[in-house]
Amino acid sequence: MALLGLFNGKRLTRGVAVPEHKERTHKLPIRRMPFAPLLIVPLSQHAGAPAQAIVAEGQEVVRGEPIAKAGGFVSVPMHAPATGRVERIALAPNARGEMAPAIYIKPWPSASQEILYGAPQDIEHMTPGEIVSAVQDTGVVGLGGAAFPTHVKLKLPEGKTVDTVVVNGCECEPYLTTDHRVMVEQAGEVVHGARIAMKAIGAGRAIIGVEDNKPDAVEALDKAVAGVPNVTVESVATRYPQGAEKMLLKVLLQREVPSGGLPSDIGAAVFNVATLAQIGELLPLHQGLIERVVTITGSGVTKPGNYLTALGTPLRWVLEQAGCTADAAAVILGGPMMGPAISLLDVPLTKGVTGVLVLTRAEAGRPKRIYPCIRCGACVDVCPLHLNPSRLGMLARKGRFEEMQTDFHLNDCFECGCCSYVCPSNIPLVQQFRVAKQMNRERRARECPR
Amino acid sequence: MPALTPELELRTSPHLHTQRSVVSIMRNVVLALLPVCAYSVWLFGISALALIVTATASCLAAEHLFCRIASRESSIGDYSIAITGLLLGLTLPPAFPLWMTAVGGFVAVGLGKMLFGGLGFNAFNPALVGRAFLQAAFPVTISSYSPAMAEGRFHEFIPSTLTLPFLQAPILTEWTARVRVDAFSGATPLMLQKFDRVSTELGPLLLGQVSGSAGETSALLILLCGLYLIARNMMDWRIPCAMLMSAAVLSAAFHAADPTRYPSAAFMVFSGGLMLGAVFMASDMVASPVTPAGVWIYGGLMGTLTVLIRLKGGLPEGVMYAILLGNAASPLIDNLTQPRIYGAGGKARP
Repeated sequence: MALLGLFNGKRLTRGVAVPEHKERTHKLPIRRMPFAPLLIVPLSQHAGAPAQAIVAEGQEVVRGEPIAKAGGFVSVPMHAPATGRVERIALAPNARGEMAPAIYIKPWPSASQEILYGAPQDIEHMTPGEIVSAVQDTGVVGLGGAAFPTHVKLKLPEGKTVDTVVVNGCECEPYLTTDHRVMVEQAGEVVHGARIAMKAIGAGRAIIGVEDNKPDAVEALDKAVAGVPNVTVESVATRYPQGAEKMLLKVLLQREVPSGGLPSDIGAAVFNVATLAQIGELLPLHQGLIERVVTITGSGVTKPGNYLTALGTPLRWVLEQAGCTADAAAVILGGPMMGPAISLLDVPLTKGVTGVLVLTRAEAGRPKRIYPCIRCGACVDVCPLHLNPSRLGMLARKGRFEEMQTDFHLNDCFECGCCSYVCPSNIPLVQQFRVAKQMNRERRARECPR
Repeated sequence: MPALTPELELRTSPHLHTQRSVVSIMRNVVLALLPVCAYSVWLFGISALALIVTATASCLAAEHLFCRIASRESSIGDYSIAITGLLLGLTLPPAFPLWMTAVGGFVAVGLGKMLFGGLGFNAFNPALVGRAFLQAAFPVTISSYSPAMAEGRFHEFIPSTLTLPFLQAPILTEWTARVRVDAFSGATPLMLQKFDRVSTELGPLLLGQVSGSAGETSALLILLCGLYLIARNMMDWRIPCAMLMSAAVLSAAFHAADPTRYPSAAFMVFSGGLMLGAVFMASDMVASPVTPAGVWIYGGLMGTLTVLIRLKGGLPEGVMYAILLGNAASPLIDNLTQPRIYGAGGKARP
């Protein structure tokens, strides 16, 4: 496989070829999901400080109205996903199994659900600083899953410059077709969003990287960039985890983000296509992010599709609408390689949820017996960061977490799951690494309490 | 609509997994070894059959017993010990006494595998540990080879096979005279080459109709079985490739320097246990390095050592010690060849 890569142009040399499972939904147009009877809008749907509620219990809100303000620079506001009444502001379960503050909104069944908020703004004459602040107002965060506030990436620290905006249309996770449909149906918005990002960040060009299993997306984008200066579309050979920004930068620009660094260290900024599509759509109108496209699929779903879903829609409602089969065994938020399984259907969909994957008992399989590491080296061959998961796993078993970080670069691991995927001994390597990172964090917190 | 209450399982990502498992890898290696065993039985008769069966059975019994002693679940179901048993049988002379074989099986498992902690922890290839023990314990018997294709090999055992426990094996000259194998000196092609400067033709070497250990004689068949494993993605092709290439290059250099003293590269690659060792033992995952650069160095080291022992050492054959030395060097090679990680060397600006 590695040999073939030499002759194949732009592609990821490590990683794995995972079964794609995208055929059930990749041709289905985006459809709107009906409003749930009760929407739960968590105040923390993003990386960074939680938003602060600016509505009171019992207050009536209009769809698109701001209901929470940003809790700092690394934070975004929230907007009402539906016209209705604030039932209460209380704790709600999140995907990590914790309880976090949320605004419960009961949509009015009879409301027209028109978005009355927002006013056109002239982006052409805005300064980069004004764009950054306008992007923060939209509440847009990384919609590829990371949910990192987008405006923070658009505001470069002193002394740094970015020459290239990389638009991530890889969607390398199996099953998911969210970005695929957005690229096909909203190619214009994606390109417009890319132009806005270039302007805000001062980049001279934008490259949209799309995996070659989405030829219709490439075609749509090619049409959309025709006549747009400095924006190009690049088709890259499909391979997981190419959609990780470090990987895509290496493939498209042949640059490596330094260990512990950010893309801006190498003059690049990476944005997901859905993120830019939302910016391209919302920013000119000064509106807020209130819904997103979510792929609902898996063999445990009878009506799979790409649903435009109001933020805060509880999973239970989503699965009722998409038809959940009786033998559903695992519900995963996001893709099967990196997405967490959840145990509680009262968890609401948030800005970072790219898909809901429902696996049946047959598809999920039984937990497999774990054998000792036979040092086959498969994990070493697939690790996109060239780490040594085999050695890391052995150290984790012995509880030598600190050594994993100091000698074997544990913190560089972004938990793509390739090593666990190929391990013939079924060793839960990624889970061991998560535990090790957490133990290291806790130890450091104990040693130097803030 | 009734409330949706599926019984959800909590799992950690990734939720997908390849079909390739330890058991499937080991089972495929066993499958790949079976043709070699069958061919060995065809060449050497029921003595080879008894040898391979005894080696495998003793290894299985030893593994089961040691697991019991350690009060843990018996691990004979993962097929890895069957590989050890088959390989041990295949690396011994076909007429090797069965009782010695059984001792070798117990030593291979006990000393070579279970003492280190079982599957995944053995520093050396267990089959070769067993064979090295037998080589030290019974140096004469283990260098007594019988001819391939002897008459009546399917009807009667070679006399030494059935040696009673704790007795010396009988000398085979009388038997070889009786089964009328012309001009058989009891020497393998490597012995002939080293001590008598007689080179064997390539044809018999490839087809294995020469004297040698039970399973090592047909280089061609072993190669085919190895290709099967590579095609099924059950073996790291780089290790045998590196070992064979380095052996070929080095022996070609020797041959070029002095063609009268040193055999050709083709003879070196296709004779003795090199092919069996390279394909089935050097590639043993547990005792080999995991880094991409490491596996090439590891294979190259073993190929080089094989040729050096064969040409410059006192022994006609060097594969076993070359692999054991390679195994010993494996952790060091791993440490010295840690790959350069993504983003290393660059500066992360604060």
